[in-house]
Amino acid sequence: MARAFTPKVVTANDLLEGDVIYLTEDDRWSRELSEAELITDEAHAQVRLLDAARQASKIVGAYLADAVAGNNGPEPTHFREDFRRAGPSNYAHGKQETSPQPRT
Amino acid sequence: MYRYSEFDTAFLAERNAQFRAQVERRIDGSLTEDEFKPLRLMNGLYLQLHAYMLRVAIPYGTLSSAQMRQLALLAEKWDKGYGHFTTRQNIQYNWPKLNDVPDMLDALAEVGMHAIQTSGNTIRNVTADHFAGAAADEVADPRPYAELLRQWSTDHPEFQFMPRKFKIAITGAENDRAVIKAHDIGLQLVERDSVLGARVIVGGGLGRTPMIGKELSEFVAFDDLLAYLEATVSVWNQIGRRDNKYKARIKITVHEHGIDAIRAKVNERFLKVRPQFKGADMNLLEEIKGHFAPPAFRDGSVASFESAYTNDPVFRSWVDTNIAPHKNADHAIVTISIKKHGATPGDATAEQMRVMADLAQEFAYDELRISHEQNVILPHVHKSDLPAIHAKLKEHELATANIGLISDIIACPGMDYCALATARSIPVAQEIATRFEDLKLEHDIGHLKIKISGCINACGHHHVGHIGILGLDRAGVENYQITLGGDGTETAAIGDRTGPGFAYDEIVPAVERIVDTYLEQRDNAEETFLETYRRVGMAPFKAALYPEAQANAA
Repeated sequence: MARAFTPKVVTANDLLEGDVIYLTEDDRWSRELSEAELITDEAHAQVRLLDAARQASKIVGAYLADAVAGNNGPEPTHFREDFRRAGPSNYAHGKQETSPQPRT
Repeated sequence: MYRYSEFDTAFLAERNAQFRAQVERRIDGSLTEDEFKPLRLMNGLYLQLHAYMLRVAIPYGTLSSAQMRQLALLAEKWDKGYGHFTTRQNIQYNWPKLNDVPDMLDALAEVGMHAIQTSGNTIRNVTADHFAGAAADEVADPRPYAELLRQWSTDHPEFQFMPRKFKIAITGAENDRAVIKAHDIGLQLVERDSVLGARVIVGGGLGRTPMIGKELSEFVAFDDLLAYLEATVSVWNQIGRRDNKYKARIKITVHEHGIDAIRAKVNERFLKVRPQFKGADMNLLEEIKGHFAPPAFRDGSVASFESAYTNDPVFRSWVDTNIAPHKNADHAIVTISIKKHGATPGDATAEQMRVMADLAQEFAYDELRISHEQNVILPHVHKSDLPAIHAKLKEHELATANIGLISDIIACPGMDYCALATARSIPVAQEIATRFEDLKLEHDIGHLKIKISGCINACGHHHVGHIGILGLDRAGVENYQITLGGDGTETAAIGDRTGPGFAYDEIVPAVERIVDTYLEQRDNAEETFLETYRRVGMAPFKAALYPEAQANAA
């Protein structure tokens, strides 16, 4: 049996601001991981990554990041993605300034 | 201080105008990211975890008060009110927006600064002893030569697409404060028969394959030095490995070919290159030297200093740790700690930068230095001014008396900012500093350098820390390896790994056990951590760190 596909979100950095963004199901780029489209099908994930890569004049460096379904939308599985969605731990900068998210 | 010539100013204005147009073309979609990325990196602009990052060179670590004020302005106007001084005498802004960067570069150009070659496979910012021009122990001020190297390497047509980046450090003293043995090329100024030249070290470097540099030549006179360096970089540029980025640095080339073979190739190349250098470089060096003429050191009584030293214990403690001997006996070198306990190593607010600029202007002949140890230095201070400086620093949380002590930690930005990082380093530094402050043990422990990197690339110089800490990602959690006995000075050594790593919440207690072991093992209070480690070896530290392994082996 094929190995189970780990769910993914499409994430990138905004071209102008440089901050972390996520692709939503309705083709917006959101600053909130919780609004990202959680992709559970591998083929669909590749299609969505191509959709993102086509928006090169708005975003930089799109890739698929592992995520799991949480109570409020997707949540990170790795600490790197947890930092990306929140901001640095030495100052309340980045997304912590505008949209405080409890760290898991 | 070097003052830009018309040529420098025009060159920078043109580069900045080019980059402004490149940014515009990226934003309007004419350039893809693949096309734009090498262009932005040539101008010091990275994309990190949460934002862009602009790395500005502070050549050989020297700043005037006007330049420091401009750095403060950038922090306030286009960033979040602070800047981060790095381990290679740069300042990094962690939150610029792409649209603003051309304006930031123009603002830097106003004070003769830039971000050119702070990234990419080029010759990077040439770093120098942060006490240069002031130290009591130096043969000569290395900064004129460092400036010559900056001009030679900037936009050098042969050295823009090298196998990998290339870092040069220079010191004028036998006591190595510039970590020259951990650079691609390290230069130590020496005088022979009244001729000034340099001892040339090659092939040092940290990263995933740490190496201590080897001596390429014991003496090259200044007349020949630039040709000799061009020959050295040129040999590597030709035979350095481009097939594997992890084997591309000159340290691997030296390791694979052997220092004798490299020396032979350099000498051969040198004979070809030498005729191209017809003395223009030496004329330029003479001119540059004029820019770095020492200030007219003022005379005056040091009685007020002596009285404050006797009567004020807080001042005395600060003087004992943060002041170094100056070549003029009535003067002193002041190191301002940017390592307040619990704060981020190397971060200064715009206000703090202005305070330091004001102090430099009022008391320090308008000069500041940035050290690779992420502190700020007032290189020339008359001792009678020390009490006033200390009082002002206290008002702005800049008077921490911890230089060379356990809380004077070098730490890279780690996973809090860096896209390459595998673990955090800043919070580890903050917690170690806070813990030993609580224990009130810092001054008793004495000279001890902790250096922390958040990935194998070793920006935090962990291999040459007396205690080195390397943060890794082990199966999806942060894990920290410890090395002991590293040394970044003239007696350079790569630290030895203690054994298995420690989880995030175990790393501070592990450091505490190492320090406790040192305090038990040392012969007397004068024996430093490094001396004790060299005498007793790894065994007692291992026993303290891994009691279970000891029990199992028994």
